[in-house]
Amino acid sequence: MAAYIIRRTLMSIPILLGITILSFVIMKAAPGDPMTLMMDPKISQADREQFIEKYGLNDPQYVQYLKWLGNMVQGDFGTSIVRKGTPVSELIMARLPNTLLLMLVSTILALMISIPFGVLSAKRPYSKIDYGITFTSFIGLAIPNFWFGLILIMVLSVNLGWFPTGGVETLNTEFNIFDRIHHLILPAFVLATADMAGLTRYTRSNMLDVLNQDYIRTARAKGFKENRVLFKHGLRNALLPVITIFGLMIPSFIGGSVVVEQIFTWPGLGKLFVDSAFQRDYPVIMAMTVISAVLVVVGNLIADILYAIVDPRIEY
Amino acid sequence: MSELQTTPSPEIRLKENISKKPETMTKIFWEKFSKNKLAILGAVILFIIIMSAVFAPLIAPYPQEQQSLLDKYKAPGLEHLMGTDKFGRDIFSRILYGARVSLLVGFASVVGSILIGTVLGALAGYFRGIVDAVIMRVVDIVLSIPDIFLLITLVTIFKPGVDKLILIFCLTGWTTTARLVRGEFLSLRSREYVLAAKTIGTKTHKIIFSHILPNALGPIIVSATLKVGSVILAESALSYLGFGIQPPIASWGNMLQDAQNFTVMIQAWWYPLFPGLFILMTVLCFNFVGDGLRDALDPKNIK
Repeated sequence: MAAYIIRRTLMSIPILLGITILSFVIMKAAPGDPMTLMMDPKISQADREQFIEKYGLNDPQYVQYLKWLGNMVQGDFGTSIVRKGTPVSELIMARLPNTLLLMLVSTILALMISIPFGVLSAKRPYSKIDYGITFTSFIGLAIPNFWFGLILIMVLSVNLGWFPTGGVETLNTEFNIFDRIHHLILPAFVLATADMAGLTRYTRSNMLDVLNQDYIRTARAKGFKENRVLFKHGLRNALLPVITIFGLMIPSFIGGSVVVEQIFTWPGLGKLFVDSAFQRDYPVIMAMTVISAVLVVVGNLIADILYAIVDPRIEY
Repeated sequence: MSELQTTPSPEIRLKENISKKPETMTKIFWEKFSKNKLAILGAVILFIIIMSAVFAPLIAPYPQEQQSLLDKYKAPGLEHLMGTDKFGRDIFSRILYGARVSLLVGFASVVGSILIGTVLGALAGYFRGIVDAVIMRVVDIVLSIPDIFLLITLVTIFKPGVDKLILIFCLTGWTTTARLVRGEFLSLRSREYVLAAKTIGTKTHKIIFSHILPNALGPIIVSATLKVGSVILAESALSYLGFGIQPPIASWGNMLQDAQNFTVMIQAWWYPLFPGLFILMTVLCFNFVGDGLRDALDPKNIK
């Protein structure tokens, strides 16, 4: 097991390096090297040369890349062009808690809703309930999340006034846990939509497979209550592969947060990314791209390792 | 047990079939596909949407950019089927023109990324070894960056426009196809007919493209269909955020850009509603057709 974990971890290192190389190449392909954008066009020739010297813009490309990579590994992502002098890492750390909170709550919401519905669907396949749930999840997979968010805001927030239209808390008030939850519900639900639909379908098909197994028939033959058979014997085994799927869902959560944070003016990483992209703030854009990719790689790594730990049938 | 007794053995069934006219693949496919009601419904609706997009100038009651400030925020009615927006433009007409952009980006991007993905995936799966390792690592790397980050970063560099957008979707979209095709090639490359072709000295490119590829087409077609839907979703999200198709050209995504506005939300519910409904319906139909194709093209799925 230890050997597998080490091997699997080592395997992700070339991918991480590849991500940084790709990001560097994209940054260099930008018209008007973003590095030169950081310079004030009015500065004198001498200052310009000093600047170029300072940031090593005359170095060969690979030296520049290695320097950039070296700084990044140490947590230094450079400074923002637009917000003069603010380190990118500071901007990111300020927004990170909001995004993590949103993703955590969405994840819990997705699991809490999709698993019971998936089981319900599999309990009586091809019944009316099953068709209803399947059709709803089809819609969940096809609905544009920004539009779903807009419609929810229009109906529930603006016209009915049940929810706030955006933000993390009511402005100019003290910290209030209920107020925070109130602000979280809509964005977390919208962020969870697509994955909720996917997970429901996934739980359903896994449950259907598991319910055909011999040990389920044995459990039923022993006279166990149906719910016990479903949840204790069935669901436990059906949920194993969900861990892997969860690893695959991380990119959609991170990607989804970009759109959802924009709709609900949620001050997190996604909104920072969109704002920076509008302002062509390349250091922030590149840092965010690399970080999002690293999160995906690490997420997949954790999912793979967890799966190996949880499923005793797999040998390494 | 009872199954064994009731179904005739393969030999008997084979004998029965010899006397009949052999069923063509197309016929088998069509029989299975036409039984799937949702897939048929999806195909019909898509056909209508595509036709209305193609003939938009003939169908649209108003030019897409015709503004009329007197008519702004008109509710849906006989004059304006789906109401008007803040410039008094007819939303129904703009949806028809927007369909042209959204569908064009969807189809063109998918054709491009399927071509790139198929060729690279075929090379990786057929030659294996170093070619495979290099191509697949690139796939891993591109797939690690969440789509929307890669798309927005590329858009900030290339400057948006329909052609650039298609190019960007091709650059990001080929990876999943490459993975899929590689998998197919890995299992097909050791089949007898490939061996036979090799033995008689068939050229390698011919083996790849005329012997193996036709047998891998099923899964490629299915994934292409599902991909059109996901590209349309991604394009609309990008355009909504302001990175995709730029106004005044209408696209389903950028029509929603102005809709996030409290005045609009209180006075003009139709404005955010209709463009989104069209995105939802189109993507839903592509998914239905894709699922139907998957069932119909799967050789394991015997009637």
